[in-house]
Amino acid sequence: MSHTTLPAGGGSNFGPGSGGDVIKRDRSLHAPAFTPGYKTSVLRSPRFALVSLEPGPGENAGPKFDAKILAPLENDLIRNYAKSGEAVGERIIVFGKVLDETGRPVRNTLIEIWQANAGGRYRHKNDAYLAALDPNFGGAGRCMSDDDGNYFFRTIRPGPYPWRNHGSDWRPAHIHFSLFGDAFAQRLVSQLYFEGDPLVPLCPILATLPDKDAQDRLVAKLDMKMSVPFDSLAYRFDIVLRGRRQTFFETKPEGH
Amino acid sequence: MPIEYLKETPSQTGGPYVHIGTMPAFAGLEIRQDEQQHVIPGPGERVKLVGVVWDGSGHPVRDAMLELWQADSAGRHNAPDFSGWGRAAASSETGEWEFDTIRPGTVAWRDGKPQAPHVSLLIFARGINIHLHTRLYFPEDEAALAADPVLRAVEQTGRRATLVAQRVEGGEVPTYRFDIRLQGEGETVFFDM
Repeated sequence: MSHTTLPAGGGSNFGPGSGGDVIKRDRSLHAPAFTPGYKTSVLRSPRFALVSLEPGPGENAGPKFDAKILAPLENDLIRNYAKSGEAVGERIIVFGKVLDETGRPVRNTLIEIWQANAGGRYRHKNDAYLAALDPNFGGAGRCMSDDDGNYFFRTIRPGPYPWRNHGSDWRPAHIHFSLFGDAFAQRLVSQLYFEGDPLVPLCPILATLPDKDAQDRLVAKLDMKMSVPFDSLAYRFDIVLRGRRQTFFETKPEGH
Repeated sequence: MPIEYLKETPSQTGGPYVHIGTMPAFAGLEIRQDEQQHVIPGPGERVKLVGVVWDGSGHPVRDAMLELWQADSAGRHNAPDFSGWGRAAASSETGEWEFDTIRPGTVAWRDGKPQAPHVSLLIFARGINIHLHTRLYFPEDEAALAADPVLRAVEQTGRRATLVAQRVEGGEVPTYRFDIRLQGEGETVFFDM
């Protein structure tokens, strides 16, 4: 195949929102792979350095998800698994904005969340913690960010639970989340914690992060103004994905 | 002082129950039970990709979740009739995962030169603080593999083979095995792109 028949290199050339390269990931903001305080990482951490490259067309593009895949209650975990009534627990709204590093809202991107129930038990075939399952709580939610990057979920505050690490360490209350952005290179999976939880400073998984500032960026803040009177407390949590470099000058690929 | 940008939200492990939010039927939830995220429909030659993620002691990572991203058979991303994206869970018993997709076409690299056909894979699991990114290439494409700019960026030439799947005999469609070694002998190449 001759080079000239291929799509252009560099940025993706498919559709709006695609621009220049995704900016290099600042790995100093993330945990290293080998974090012995979190024991499971010991055998699951590569020893060789990652091979660093600028993103190509495939990494600058990414999967697209249509809002049509979402059922009406998917962002309401209090009701989206209801069998005989609503989920048990402290009712909360989790909301915020998805931005990229350059401050641009990340629009219409799929956000997935999962969490334990109010007793700290996950609805998963492999979770055998003694806390009871809630028949009305599944623990899975999805939504799309809107045109300004805003998102929201309604759920119950998950319970803390013990896990084998240093012998019954306790996870703080947390909600797992997953985002795609509009480039494969923007993919992010992480966990949200709650302001004021005394287990936060004791968590070996949160402690894998390089500093207190990085840890604080995973803590949702209580927002009384957005709390729903006589219904739900609100926690604000903004999420930042990698940005894109602006294309100042176009360097044409060979053969163009 | 350099200009300040917003800081990327730090990654944390997807944990052992990642399936609840990503593949709920696999976790045991009674929702979205018809989903087959490891099957990526579209026009082109069907291929099956199978493997196991191995830890540093040679044991399978049975809680792993993998995501695949690829071009269509003409080398296009986000083509109208092919999503290019899928998800697979490792078996809770054996750790084996499987994708049922199409053979990808050729995509240009940044300089306009062709890359060898490949799929990109992300690995999520308990104990993995930030997802690992690797690529699966196809063994038949010898000339393209030798010229591939991403493979050539792996300085230790002996490690490039960790990115090339092996053709498995039999099967209804061409089947490729791709074992991912997180650590130790034959450690897979992972990218920061």
